[in-house]
Amino acid sequence: MTGRVEGKVAFITGAARGQGRSHAIRLAQEGADIIAIDICEALPENPYPPATEEDLAETVRQVEALDRRIVARKADVRDFDALKAAVDEGVAELGRLDIVAANAGIAGTYNTGENIPEYDWSNMIDINLSGVWRTCKVAIPHLKTSGGGSIIITSSDAGLFAFPNLAHYVSAKHGLVGLMRTLALELAADFIRVNSVHPTVVNTPMVNNDATFRLFRPDLENPTVEDFKAAAVSINALPIAWVEPVDISNAVLFLASDEARYVTGITLPVDAGAIAK
Amino acid sequence: MTGQLEGKVAFITGAARGQGRSHAIRLAQEGADIIAIDICAQIDTVPYPMATPDDLQETVRQVEALDRRIHAVEADVRDRSALQAALDAGVAELGPVDIVLANAGIFPLSMNPDPREWQDVLDVNLTGVYHTVEVAIPSMIERGQGGAIVLTSSTAGLAGIGGDNPGGRGYTAAKHGVVGLMRSYANSLAKHSIRVNTVHPTGVNTPMVVNDAIQELMQADPAMSNAMANALPVPMIEPVDISNAILWLVSDAARYVTGVTLPVDAGFLVNK
Repeated sequence: MTGRVEGKVAFITGAARGQGRSHAIRLAQEGADIIAIDICEALPENPYPPATEEDLAETVRQVEALDRRIVARKADVRDFDALKAAVDEGVAELGRLDIVAANAGIAGTYNTGENIPEYDWSNMIDINLSGVWRTCKVAIPHLKTSGGGSIIITSSDAGLFAFPNLAHYVSAKHGLVGLMRTLALELAADFIRVNSVHPTVVNTPMVNNDATFRLFRPDLENPTVEDFKAAAVSINALPIAWVEPVDISNAVLFLASDEARYVTGITLPVDAGAIAK
Repeated sequence: MTGQLEGKVAFITGAARGQGRSHAIRLAQEGADIIAIDICAQIDTVPYPMATPDDLQETVRQVEALDRRIHAVEADVRDRSALQAALDAGVAELGPVDIVLANAGIFPLSMNPDPREWQDVLDVNLTGVYHTVEVAIPSMIERGQGGAIVLTSSTAGLAGIGGDNPGGRGYTAAKHGVVGLMRSYANSLAKHSIRVNTVHPTGVNTPMVVNDAIQELMQADPAMSNAMANALPVPMIEPVDISNAILWLVSDAARYVTGVTLPVDAGFLVNK
């Protein structure tokens, strides 16, 4: 049978692991070829282990195992030229561009707004907000050439309401909603759809680490994953602590596919009812 | 290949034609059996012809042509005991319900406003949705297998459009009310792993919108046609577009999606 995104090409940032790798695999399962980028480098201030070039190579291996093509580049969403080169090379090799999953993001350090260091603030905005804008900017000309397309911006539940000790993250993720809405309007005449997804806690290396455990359990000196789980479950309405990367990928796939051909400008939570709670 | 809803049973109101019929067919294509309800009768204040028993039979024919089972009953969502009886008979024949689609609705708008429009549209579009969920949830909870409920709201459930007539105001108020109902159910049914969401269509190519009374009204009142102005260059969308969004919401692909307002609106709301 024909896949739901057969013959399409998807550009995915932050594709070395976590949600980005999951998007690459899920879209490839449904017939898409992939342009994958990741920084594959440590960010000194980020309190969890970075994605590596081996991680990106594993994404390549898994997409190729599905008999789909993939162009993977080590590139930083803070670097416009590197991003443009990566997408231009990918389109040159794979022929077109139809789908953009602007997924790359960091969790950053945890502080009250009053205490966030200047560098941490600027870096967060540069990666989680401006990085998404750059991703869209380099991709839009190719989408226009294809006669339409679908951009899916990964925001967060923190893009729709506040979490203490994350003012920089919350601000960047709220900013993405403004970017999404504006691009949705500007690009509607070209049949380029733009939407955002808003995950609750997702089981990825960005979240499943000691720094996040401490953010959720300030009451404990050395909180474990089980301590974190007990706190995380209280965020969601459904009786679960977190969702899996594939749950976000299934939402991205829906928005990328022709099943959502008239869906644009929307914020789509995949959040186990956290907002409704 | 196995359908996304193989072995499931869906309870759908307003299923004789339009979006409801489209949902019945789309879900049946993915393997679901269907309990289909429609009033199949006219309501005085509604200025376009409502669905008929023949329409409901056509839905039955199309679902059966897909080799799925369907239990169809003429029932009015305003009549809770009739709705309960229809559901119970459907469950007796097809098995317990996994999916509820509260789709039935009216759009009582014309050049000759009638004060009764307000109550009629509230009764059908809000209280009827409440009845639909209420009759279905006890057995879903008792069974303990979770489930998915989708309430059909509208762009008028998120924006103050609809015009100055009693029917238009009632439509907007009822469709906003559906969002409150959804959030309340999403919250209280989460512990049973029953998910509840709304869809918010822009103008859809169905007899409820494409009829002489609405066309006349839109030509006379520019505010009404502005209320249909999409960002994407399409004047209207098709029933299957709503069905595809609902299919995603009720499938395991959205197993952790609940409490969400999902516009399928060609960018209508972002175009404000």
